[in-house]
Amino acid sequence: MKGYNIIVESLKKEGVDTIFGYPGGAIMAIDDALMDEKEIHYILARHEQGATHEADGYARATGKVGVVLATSGPGATNTITGIATAYMDSVPLVVLTGQVPTTLIGNDAFQEADTVGISRPCTKHNFLVKDVTELARTIKEAFYIAKSGKPGPVLIDLPKDVILGESRFVYPKNVKLSGYNPTTKGNPHQIEKVTKALLESKKPLLYIGGGAISSNASGQIAQLANRLQIPVFVTLMGQGAFDPESELFLGMAGMHGTYSSNMAIQNCDFLFSLGARFDDRITGKLDEFAARAKIAHIDVDPVSIGKNVITEYPIVGDLKNVLDQILEVMERIAEPVDFYKSKYKKWLETVNRWKTEHRLDYKKNPDVIKPQQAISCLSDILAGKNPIIAVGVGQHQMWAPQYMKLSRPRSFLTSGGLGTMGYGLPAAIGAQTAYKDRIVVDIDGDGSFQMNIQELATIVQEKLKLKIMIINNRYLGMVRQWQNLFFNNRYAHTDMTFQPDFVKVADAYGIEAGRVSKPDELNKAIRTMVEYDGAYLLDVIVDRLENVYPMVPSGAPLDRMILV
Amino acid sequence: MRIRLSVLVNNEYGVLSRVANLFAARGYNIESLNVAPTHDEGVSRMTIVVEGEKEIVEQIEKQLNRMVNCLKVINLNDQPAVERELVLIKMHTNDTNRAEILRITDIFRGNIVDLSPESYTIAISGDSGKINAVISLLRSFGIKEIARTGLAALTRELKTN
Ligand SMILES: Cc1ncc(C[n+]2csc(CCOP(=O)(O)OP(=O)(O)O)c2C)c(N)n1
Ligand SMILES: [Mg+2]
Repeated sequence: MKGYNIIVESLKKEGVDTIFGYPGGAIMAIDDALMDEKEIHYILARHEQGATHEADGYARATGKVGVVLATSGPGATNTITGIATAYMDSVPLVVLTGQVPTTLIGNDAFQEADTVGISRPCTKHNFLVKDVTELARTIKEAFYIAKSGKPGPVLIDLPKDVILGESRFVYPKNVKLSGYNPTTKGNPHQIEKVTKALLESKKPLLYIGGGAISSNASGQIAQLANRLQIPVFVTLMGQGAFDPESELFLGMAGMHGTYSSNMAIQNCDFLFSLGARFDDRITGKLDEFAARAKIAHIDVDPVSIGKNVITEYPIVGDLKNVLDQILEVMERIAEPVDFYKSKYKKWLETVNRWKTEHRLDYKKNPDVIKPQQAISCLSDILAGKNPIIAVGVGQHQMWAPQYMKLSRPRSFLTSGGLGTMGYGLPAAIGAQTAYKDRIVVDIDGDGSFQMNIQELATIVQEKLKLKIMIINNRYLGMVRQWQNLFFNNRYAHTDMTFQPDFVKVADAYGIEAGRVSKPDELNKAIRTMVEYDGAYLLDVIVDRLENVYPMVPSGAPLDRMILV
Repeated sequence: MRIRLSVLVNNEYGVLSRVANLFAARGYNIESLNVAPTHDEGVSRMTIVVEGEKEIVEQIEKQLNRMVNCLKVINLNDQPAVERELVLIKMHTNDTNRAEILRITDIFRGNIVDLSPESYTIAISGDSGKINAVISLLRSFGIKEIARTGLAALTRELKTN
């Protein structure tokens, strides 16, 4: 069998139904083989960064591995931002890149780049396939590595002669990687210890991160929180892992977190991280972070444990499995629910007082739409519709989780770790291709949107019904906010007044669009967007100078928030 | 502090680069690095010596463990180990210093492995302390060139030293 057929057949064995890509000389033969392929749908992006974020959005929304196909040289280098984005947020991808023939590697041949070299620091693993006989095994290993343990992107570099080579096709049944054995179950002794410590604590707090989403552990988390009646906060990456309507839910913590979450962190005596990694955007000033608390941390990645804070109870393992183990131990040793209801009553009351003392809030203005207002309005209109929300990076990325009620895991797509502007639109496209019938909205910034604006063509070509809601402040708003607070209002290079008419841009691509700038027309405009049977772009002209609050200034302790 | 790591890895392309990158990304300079296959041809042992903060090197150890083609990481600071390094030293010689250079070579159980009318090349093995001592003794006689292998080490079987 030819190399390109081996690649396609291997992908089918892995259950791949969608590939995001862009063609070129080195990989043409694979494109050709895919052209008549019924089981795999090829989505033509308009830029390889777009293709990579699309595969990433697809992967985050479905939990499956996202697949990218790009050519050698510039095709491969264009995927790097997308790969680094996926790497930081532990998203499983397999990226196939073309390479010049093995005989030319290292010769500065046309469209040659050292793709394995460039991608090494931002992939979980990568391969250069030097012989066609290694193709099938390599693909098998790549998928296994991408999705097991702490998920992540894996790149396979495919020299042209390997793609065109000939070999017998045998897809291996098993993977043998002697150096790679991710821990899945928690150490029983540690589980016993942490469960006891949790039950003995007086002011426990659950801290939910992206690991809760990737290990599909939200059911177990709800059980644990409800069984003990203890409060819960989420990180940006943990959005959707806990019911936002629950009395136990405090919202998001950290730099733009809620008052109640941040106060709870500073006052709890037991902080239990479930797949969250104590990022500096969460902890604020480290020495004063959760200073009264013993810390427990479950993570599939030992590297994440004890990295920033001293952890009394480290547990390595897959979150879902470990929580099952903890729930089992609890069944054995915990008191009945009522016991904890009264034990934690006072703590919950305190936490709830913080909730009511300072709710997330903003001042409305009859003349201009507030960004928060637009997002709240969208949230109300989408209530019960199980939407998927993707965002760019900036202020709107913070307002979205603050004001959207996200009740399902895998429904909020954001570049949390790398903070990649331009992520929102392609990620939304990726999610929409997987869920044609769900409503997918890219809540984007005017700056971020322009970073992958070319993907509008992909939407049209794929006939997706994607919605794009631009929170248009004609500023690189988040940077402008920092300039406002820390640079004496000197708005260097952040004014985006020069921007295209987004409605006309959409129109040029053949996408329906509207614009709204009056608060009393907002609801109707958003309804029109949501109800439109097809792709729709809504340009929401908002108050240019609105800031995101609360805010913990970079380097300050969490309880020194700037409130509204 | 000076940290010595012994790392077993798959003997394949890209591994060295991945390992070296973990140090380079933090601005750490690897002081010495020795890599060669073990009795199992598919497996190489790397012995790495690096100056760094303990906590950060612990972090690097975990990252090494996480690497797909890394099989085992041993921190040699934590346990007794036999350590050897080989150095080749090419000396400028003349009638007045030959005897003394030979004497020093002898004391340190070294050998002359190459010679010419104006030079000796000496081979000496030992732990890093011994190698450093030899080099500083010979320095005043005029060292032409030096090649050191970097540390090679194995943990001791009997853990009492
Ligand atoms: C690729 C990239 N370049 C630069 C930045 C730095 N940055 C962070 S937020 C931001 C402004 C984003 O502006 P916009 O998309 O309009 O969102 P807003 O903050 O106005 O809601 C910038 C430039 C980044 N995160 N990503
Ligand atoms: Mg903006």
